[in-house]
Amino acid sequence: MTKQRPNYVAGAFTSFWLVLVIAPVYVLIKASFQTQEDYTLSGPLSIPKSLTTSNYSTVVSSGFLHYFVATGIVTVATVGIVLLLVPPVAFAIVRNQSRTVTFVFRAFLLGLAVPIQAVIVPIFFIMIKVNLYDTLIAVILPTAAFSLPLSTIIMTGSMRDITPDLYEAMSLDGANSWRVFWNMVLPLSRGGLATIIVFSALNAWNGFLFPLILTQSKSDSVFTLGLFNFQTANGIDAPAICAAVVLSIIPILLVYLFARRALIQGLMGVGGK
Amino acid sequence: MTTLAKRGRTKGSGGLKIGRPSFLWSLPAFVYFAIFALLPLGVVVWLSFTSWDAIGSPHWVGTSNWTAMFKNPELLQSFKITGILTILGIATQTPISMLLGVWASGYQKNRAILSALYFIPLLMSAIAISVVWASLLSPYFGLPHELHWLFGSALFNHGFLFSSSPAAIGVLTFVGMWQWTPFHTLIYQGGARAIPEVLYQAASIDGAGRVRQFWSITVPQLRNTMITSMVLMLAGGLTTFDTILVLTQGGPGTATTSTSYYMYLEGFKSFQFGPASVLSVMLIVVTTIVSLIAVRASGWDKMRSTQEGL
Repeated sequence: MTKQRPNYVAGAFTSFWLVLVIAPVYVLIKASFQTQEDYTLSGPLSIPKSLTTSNYSTVVSSGFLHYFVATGIVTVATVGIVLLLVPPVAFAIVRNQSRTVTFVFRAFLLGLAVPIQAVIVPIFFIMIKVNLYDTLIAVILPTAAFSLPLSTIIMTGSMRDITPDLYEAMSLDGANSWRVFWNMVLPLSRGGLATIIVFSALNAWNGFLFPLILTQSKSDSVFTLGLFNFQTANGIDAPAICAAVVLSIIPILLVYLFARRALIQGLMGVGGK
Repeated sequence: MTTLAKRGRTKGSGGLKIGRPSFLWSLPAFVYFAIFALLPLGVVVWLSFTSWDAIGSPHWVGTSNWTAMFKNPELLQSFKITGILTILGIATQTPISMLLGVWASGYQKNRAILSALYFIPLLMSAIAISVVWASLLSPYFGLPHELHWLFGSALFNHGFLFSSSPAAIGVLTFVGMWQWTPFHTLIYQGGARAIPEVLYQAASIDGAGRVRQFWSITVPQLRNTMITSMVLMLAGGLTTFDTILVLTQGGPGTATTSTSYYMYLEGFKSFQFGPASVLSVMLIVVTTIVSLIAVRASGWDKMRSTQEGL
């Protein structure tokens, strides 16, 4: 295989795509350190004449760092709920063949394709009726719910990789389901756990529709909503918008650097064989 | 050990039953999911027969929201736009992500590095991506101005990208492609790695070239992956929202008002939650049909039977 002649067509195509992906990222980072005047005069792709951090101070002074706190709370709480609920249901799906559990699994499979847009009106209605509108809890609860289907499927896949022999050994030792879960299943599915943590954190951090509809006051604003409002208010100030986007990506980038494998392996498995 | 044997026998269930979880283990997640994802499906059907403006309580109006909606020409228009955006999304993303995914499935070092770079858009929120592209595509301060030799001046004279409807649809398709291709590339990469190497070795011995191998082995072997990926694109395309909100606001006119954006306008801009609920129900029906096809076609529902024969 490796002795084939180089594939020029593939080379050209992948380089072209690389430019398409990297160019906006270059503009994003570069423009965030450029004065607005310099940017508008010389265009997005140009090399900047001088660098400045004033865009970052503009963004920070507009209260942008406040969004870090709100988004952090939403993300941590979402991941917490997902971690609490998903491993037990995945364990049941893998090790319990009853009709009830099969039904639950099918419900999650169907839930995979229920779009957030389709339920945003009733969720808005429910949150108003239970007096949670304009709180972070109103954002956290449905965000976690919509992370469950894919997390459950990823987790189920990971737990299926545990060989039946191991379960057999545990049951010969007389371990009850709680001990099997705690002492064997959880430690052996660390990879799956890492994937669902990264996946649900990414989902919560980047979520937009729930915060847009379910919160109103600035103290409850998350990053995506702040970014949207900032763009609506300062549409022409491209460098400041770029600085805001860069700030919103940094935490995700850190997570990506540490947990790249977990995320990629998990998503690669979605397509099946 | 003796106690175990005794317990197994008295319950008449065999040793292997010990340590299996009861169905109760699946309940917390299911109940939680039911409250926030399944119960709202019922609530929205009820809301579609009421009139509500976010203040006070909804009151019953029978089928009037439905009859009014079916007479509304904007409904058909929004279906058409949603369909166009979805088809264009699938048509652009499928070939690109398949080629990139198959290419990235090789284990060479340079491919691994490039794949990590291709992955970047996946980390950005749809809002961040839309905001960046809105700046980049701005007619006077963005790329169209800097690269006018490439974009041509005719586009300027016609008011540019966001004020002609084919161009606005083109922009949304392009940004959607930029946003979603990395995800689907990963799916194809996983699928391509699962193809047995033996098939390619056999084909090389028979003298099949690279192109022949791609069409005769890779593409047929990726059939299931392709179905999964396309169905996900379909479900995503039917609900395009964030990019529309930031880039075109449904315009010019109603040229990019998709069904989900139309629902947003009816509900959260005009505070007419009855008609908005009708649109929600329609979205739910279409996506449920799509997901049923997905579960059938991709064999997801059979995944549970592959390992366990116990």
